[in-house]
Amino acid sequence: MSETAQRAPGVAGGGPAETPGAAGALEGLRRAGRFLVKQREATVFLVVVLLIIYFGVINSTGRSVFFTHAALVNLSVIAAPIMIIAYGEVLLLICGEIDLSVGFIYVFAPYVMFYFVQYYHVPGILGIILAILVVGGGVGWLNGFLTVTMRLPSFITTLGTGFVLSGLVLTLSHGEQAPIPPVLDNLGKWFGSSANFSMISWAVILLVVFHVLLRNTRWGLHTIAVGGNALGAREAGVNVPRIKYGNFMLTGLLGAFTGITIAFQTNVIDTFSGGAAYQPMFYSVAAAVIGGTAMLGGSGTIIGAFLGGAVLALLTNGFEVIGISAYPLQIYFGGAILIAMIANVQFARLRGEGKVR
Amino acid sequence: MTTQQGERQDGAAQTTDVLQAEHISKSYGAVTALIDVNMRLARGEVLGLLGDNGAGKSTLIKILCGFQPPTSGRILLNGQDVTLRSVDHARSLGIDCVYQDLALVNQLSVYHNMFLNREKVRWPLLSNRTMKRLARQYLDEMGVNIPSVEADVAQLSGGQRQAIAVARAVYSNAKILLLDEPLAAMGAKEAAIILDQVRELKEKGDVSVIIIAHNYGQALEICDRINLLQHGEITFDKPAAETSVEELNDIVIAEYRRALAERQRQVGEARGTGNGKATA
Repeated sequence: MSETAQRAPGVAGGGPAETPGAAGALEGLRRAGRFLVKQREATVFLVVVLLIIYFGVINSTGRSVFFTHAALVNLSVIAAPIMIIAYGEVLLLICGEIDLSVGFIYVFAPYVMFYFVQYYHVPGILGIILAILVVGGGVGWLNGFLTVTMRLPSFITTLGTGFVLSGLVLTLSHGEQAPIPPVLDNLGKWFGSSANFSMISWAVILLVVFHVLLRNTRWGLHTIAVGGNALGAREAGVNVPRIKYGNFMLTGLLGAFTGITIAFQTNVIDTFSGGAAYQPMFYSVAAAVIGGTAMLGGSGTIIGAFLGGAVLALLTNGFEVIGISAYPLQIYFGGAILIAMIANVQFARLRGEGKVR
Repeated sequence: MTTQQGERQDGAAQTTDVLQAEHISKSYGAVTALIDVNMRLARGEVLGLLGDNGAGKSTLIKILCGFQPPTSGRILLNGQDVTLRSVDHARSLGIDCVYQDLALVNQLSVYHNMFLNREKVRWPLLSNRTMKRLARQYLDEMGVNIPSVEADVAQLSGGQRQAIAVARAVYSNAKILLLDEPLAAMGAKEAAIILDQVRELKEKGDVSVIIIAHNYGQALEICDRINLLQHGEITFDKPAAETSVEELNDIVIAEYRRALAERQRQVGEARGTGNGKATA
């Protein structure tokens, strides 16, 4: 059991050595290696760094454009929605569920905002908040009800509610794009309308909020407990349904919020393109999993989701920047995701078996 | 077979009973786990609940700790009729439990497990430092050897895990402790630690304990009174001083023989009718 005692400080802070000298350097390198294996996020962080080096420094076409203001804004706009929705998916995956409807919430919420403001003259900020609460909270609650109370598997629940939502938005909008109501124009800059970093700022603020929620509150602890041992959590008196309902609702709220920021950013409310719904959903689940969240529940981190989102955005944006033609793009993209995942799983296996000390 | 229903043997015992279960039954669909169980627990008493696997011991414990409601019957707490709505509710009334499966979360640290659902909080944040300190203190007081309270419980041995689950209940300031096989995965030393804990509680006098055990010797050593649960019924209720390992063994073996003979008779009958059909 002495290994566990030695392991604890490494988990807490870890990091390279304090030993001086040439032998110290080697030891430092070994420690760094061990740290990399032990800290779940460290491997993903390494992937992020390598991608930045590849696209921004090594690649000759990338070198000239990658770090320009416009390219960075573009990168952040791709990354932020994936990250924000992934925070919710992390909480859900940890407590043993998944939300596939979040992409449709993301499409539906801005249209409901348009509906409230344009047709019912709800004042601007109230319309935004109401749309987020009604669509995000409402659909999240429904997902919780169907999954927890009606006992459907959440994969099916959220697939069903997602399809219903996509049909609903098409029916309400007659398949036409809607403009951002002019009264909302001055609010747009808070949500990402102008070419700045407001969206990635939201992603960073929410990173801190959700990281603290998961790591340092009862809610987070109980979320892990529910996913790690549902019966045990129930025996300890944890209100399992409340945790699951809550995390479905949080994910819905994040999806609705992100959808509205994207509407402001693109300056149009897109109701029609199917990809608009599938992409954020698939990417956010992928980001969570790339970031080390277990699909079977019990473990995962918000920082991992942030880094996973960065990986996906860097890949998308990077291949665009260096000008790979659109057809094979998805081949590279899929391959890169698989390689990242293989690294993750294998490192996790080493961790789990305690081979690395 | 000795069948003594231990309801109100004398008036004095009744007034000091902290917990009474009256006519408790529990069915899961067609399966009946408990039939009309009557049980009482006096203040400061350690009651041993013995019985074979599948006799309904854990079912009874889970009813008494609020995890599940009984199908019928009632529970009296200090003479008052109570309906235990949830584990939390039972806990607020001073009932705490160590489950047979321990209810530990492998992915959480020792101290988070020890304070699961009764976390020390400085709202909205967890007071991790306080919980770590207290966890360390409790485990040291109990004499449990756990290198780091920050380690995940997945890394610990069966005995250590069990000790954590017991520590969690013992330090909850509960007045009624329900221990479902707290000694199952224990080595001799760890078992001694737990038995010492129960003895210490007994000396304090205001904590009452129901303990499920398989080892009759250990049960007689620690308990004031023994109840035997067989096929969902309490069939035996005696002070520990008035019974012995031999007597308990004899009862259980006699019951086993009786059940075996019964089953053989049924099988024989079934075979007889089957043969009859075949020949006909």
